[in-house]
Amino acid sequence: MFYREAGQFKTGYADDMAVFPIRQDRIGIAVILAIAYLAVPMFGSPFFVSTIMIPMLILTMAAIGLNILTGYAGLISLGTGAFMGVGAYACFKLATAFPDVNVLVWVLASGFFSAAIGVVFGLPSLRIKGLYLAVATLAAQFFLQWCFVRIGWLTNYSSSGSIEAARRSLFGVQITGPGASETARYLCVLTLLVALTWIASNIVRGRIGRKWMMVRDMDIAAELMGVRLLPTKLLAFAVSSYFCGVAGAMLLFFHYGSMESIAFNIELSFQVLFMVIIGGLGSLIGSYLGAGFIAALPVVIKFAPQILGIELPSAVVDQVTVMIIGGLIIFFLIVEPHGFARLWQIGKQKLRVWPFPY
Amino acid sequence: MRVNTLLVGTAMMALVGTALPAAAEDSVYIPLLTYRTGAFAGSGIPIADGMHDYFKMLNARDGGIGGVKIVTEECETGYTAQKGVECYEATKAKGALVYNPWSTGITLALIPKATQEKIPVLSMAYGLSAAAMGKTFPWVFNPPLTYWDGLSVAIKYVGDKSGGLDKLKGKTIGFIYLDAPYGKEPIPLLEGLAKDYGFKVAKYPVPADKMQDQSSQWLNVQQDNPDWMVMWGWGAMNPTAVKEAAKVGYPMDKFIGVWWSGSEDDARPAGPGGKGYLTLNFTATGADFPAVQDIVKHVFDKGNSSVKEKSKIGEVNYNKGVYNSVLMAEAIRTAQKITGKKVINAADMRLGLEALEISEARFKEIGLGGFAAPVKVTCDDHSGAHAVYLQQWNGTKWVKASDWIAPMKDKVRPLLEKDASDYTAKNAPWPARSEDCPKS
Amino acid sequence: MEQVLEVLSMVLVEPFARMATNPAFLVQVIWEGFVSGVLYALIALGFVLIFKASGVFNFAQGIMVVFAALTLVGLHEAGVPAWVAVALALVVMYVLAVGVERIVLRPLVNQPDIILLMATIGLTRVLVGFGELVFGGEPKVMIANELGIPSGVWRIPLFDRVVVIKLIDLTAAIVAIVMVAGLAFFFSRTRIGRALRAVADDHQAALSVGISLEQIWVIVWFAAGIVALVTGIMWGARSDVSFALEIIALKALPVLILGGFTSVPGAIVGGLIIGIGEKIGEIYWGRLIGGGIESWLAYMIALLFLLFRPQGLFGEKIIERV
Repeated sequence: MFYREAGQFKTGYADDMAVFPIRQDRIGIAVILAIAYLAVPMFGSPFFVSTIMIPMLILTMAAIGLNILTGYAGLISLGTGAFMGVGAYACFKLATAFPDVNVLVWVLASGFFSAAIGVVFGLPSLRIKGLYLAVATLAAQFFLQWCFVRIGWLTNYSSSGSIEAARRSLFGVQITGPGASETARYLCVLTLLVALTWIASNIVRGRIGRKWMMVRDMDIAAELMGVRLLPTKLLAFAVSSYFCGVAGAMLLFFHYGSMESIAFNIELSFQVLFMVIIGGLGSLIGSYLGAGFIAALPVVIKFAPQILGIELPSAVVDQVTVMIIGGLIIFFLIVEPHGFARLWQIGKQKLRVWPFPY
Repeated sequence: MRVNTLLVGTAMMALVGTALPAAAEDSVYIPLLTYRTGAFAGSGIPIADGMHDYFKMLNARDGGIGGVKIVTEECETGYTAQKGVECYEATKAKGALVYNPWSTGITLALIPKATQEKIPVLSMAYGLSAAAMGKTFPWVFNPPLTYWDGLSVAIKYVGDKSGGLDKLKGKTIGFIYLDAPYGKEPIPLLEGLAKDYGFKVAKYPVPADKMQDQSSQWLNVQQDNPDWMVMWGWGAMNPTAVKEAAKVGYPMDKFIGVWWSGSEDDARPAGPGGKGYLTLNFTATGADFPAVQDIVKHVFDKGNSSVKEKSKIGEVNYNKGVYNSVLMAEAIRTAQKITGKKVINAADMRLGLEALEISEARFKEIGLGGFAAPVKVTCDDHSGAHAVYLQQWNGTKWVKASDWIAPMKDKVRPLLEKDASDYTAKNAPWPARSEDCPKS
Repeated sequence: MEQVLEVLSMVLVEPFARMATNPAFLVQVIWEGFVSGVLYALIALGFVLIFKASGVFNFAQGIMVVFAALTLVGLHEAGVPAWVAVALALVVMYVLAVGVERIVLRPLVNQPDIILLMATIGLTRVLVGFGELVFGGEPKVMIANELGIPSGVWRIPLFDRVVVIKLIDLTAAIVAIVMVAGLAFFFSRTRIGRALRAVADDHQAALSVGISLEQIWVIVWFAAGIVALVTGIMWGARSDVSFALEIIALKALPVLILGGFTSVPGAIVGGLIIGIGEKIGEIYWGRLIGGGIESWLAYMIALLFLLFRPQGLFGEKIIERV
């Protein structure tokens, strides 16, 4: 009833290949974009924008990256945190070496560095599969983290070992560094995310994405049908690491402003993997929903008692939050192993047939 | 406060947006960023208790400071920068006077933010050493001394015991450290001093995931057999290192830890083998101070403390927490004196911190005579390079093992200056200091 | 050219020269590597048991170590005698095994590997929160003396020098070897062990001959719990009992991929290769590039082996059909 495609005819190939073939989807996406671009910056409190929205959107980007690798190409990686770190350090180096170039260019360029590193650590994927590969990617996680600490050049030999986002602006508005308003940072993050999501959605539903899915479903069969495994798998690593790298650079420049290597630890890798699994493997929408759940919910739960005026020791709140999140993860894995993306589809189906369910 | 109208998702926002209480009359608000969870909770819990209990005691005994109650609120950081920044964002709008990040990572993340938003950061003997340069970092304070100062004291002590700094020539000093920015920070100074005095440095990094298995590091120590060992450790790294040192038979009275490696929990697990282990410290241990006894009387005995056993009051890290609160409380008093206001704000607090001076007499007055060396913060020096002493583990408790030793200011200061200018270059354009120095 | 030669000699000659000039130290290094190797093998064994029987890659093994050790020390602090506390800790681990089987595993039967992996990470979170809530985050001292673990040191003269052997390390090695041998015996010689292997081979076939999957799962999780308790006692006695102990479980992962997820001998051999390999690498080569390389060296060793045997040294051959 609310969501029916009846009466919407595709009259050309272009229509058939559109990202949003159904009118309701187009309206929906327009409404969501309007909310994201107008309502959130206008009405959201600074805390909401800076502490919930910005990290959530940045982690969505990383989740999309990992989803390309795990959800579409079927290669599990536990090195996401380190690949994000590569992006952050690359962006820091580029931005300090060439301060005159717009920082957004460097944020986008830093992804190429992590893509290159990703390809190197993707090489074993040709021989190693499944959980063995997952554990092998931990090599990347630990090795790169060691590099971040050890190679002084990466931090410009700073004695504190931290990397910082310098003040940079776009069209005269400061967007990074201390003093950048949360609205400016938020809009930058949102725009980058929307643009890269659009690119990702076109990659995954095109020729390349289909190859990835063939490899995911059965790589030997794919090989027999003429998919060359080496370039396909490595491309998946490259594209995935690109997204993760950009996310890492954004995390430094638009969220924290100053980071040390420990922030890119294995916990971050797990966090992003959770987003992908809870959100739904092989679904871009799922990456958004998963990131919302994993990144925003703990903050909400943690600060809820305080906001509601309930006095609880902060440590207890934190411990309970950790337990609730862990419990919810298990709960959702049991109830819907295909993630929120499947719930979303079921919801759409329900809307389609309402009020006459079969 | 703006009105939030969106329904989905913004119900939350609305809560955040409207529920921020304005500072009530005659109270000041101090958020305490603490960590009672995570891998470093062992050090975080006593510190948090100490900070909390001193303020509670002031509220209960004196009705606050200058008639103004101190409202504290703990926010759990788990020692991670992510949660630390969340805590900062969540509490800053409530009129936070000052932040105590209690983690190098959080300190580094807060320095640019807090500088911009004009809220002081008090990182007591941790964080960014260069923050001592008050001219560059008007909003950051790291009394009573920096890591570099601490290292110079350790070397001075080593020199004393060897019969003079010139006798260090040809000796080897081993440096075992947590392989993270915190542990690596002293290295430039250590190498500089090595050049000046002609000793050799052997470095033993301990990666964070090997904190509990340091056998390789100590095998290397065994092989190199350095004349002295210096440690920059934290959390689970400390007790493991002390145990391993005892195992390889390293002479414990030649093993010096930084002040964050010197709690009871660090030395106790080694049992009798830990006897003789030395660490730097800038606060006295024990509860034999009138103010600490007041904490027992007004807070612990009334069941208002989260300390479980009375014996924990007066332990090293607890006293560090108390000291941190003493610095804040005295800064509030100073600020009240300077501004003439009762209820001060963050900018006033900055003035108070910058003019902070706790003399020996003043320490006695607040019931903490001999608790710490006199502290004086100036506009130019936000750290002050104050003296520390060495304490030694006698198998059951820490005992004082040296006099108060002043750091080598002449060696440290140039490094601080260089580091501060590096920082500003990296973060250009770093705002020039616009705040006037308080008149003295 | 000279520089190249110099580097080559630093990498290829000097380390061996150092080994040759001080053989006692080499023995010491190998001993330390052996002890950590055995302890890695012990943790890896916990993973292998569960993976074999239920196909779950149990990331919660690390927190189970912490949880078991905390329960033991916590009970002892509450006044329970040491050995009774051990028994009670085992009961707690059994309850945990039953709970995990009922609440987590049973509803997730037949899900892909990654879902099960994530479920165990979720379980980790729950246990972390619960453990901190109950026991607090303070580090505790392992009750090694009460359990009769010796704390002295043996100094054995060798090649004019002394090799130091910590009795606790010796105990740990012996206990670990006994545990491993016991489990190997249990797997191959007992009725339950045969049932376990049947389940590992084929769930459905095992079900059809009357083996109760639920029961088997409880048994393996309980066995992993016992392994966790022993690991917790040994590592706890070497440092202290705190939540940081969770990290050491990560050290077992390269052992696992090296030895194969399903192989008990693989866990042992893998543990020894990694344990001794990373010590020798760190001591003799690590300092050429600044030291502290242990955190990733193990993975590199494992990767090197994997390139030749993708299923690990002793893993079951992966046969793929289209």
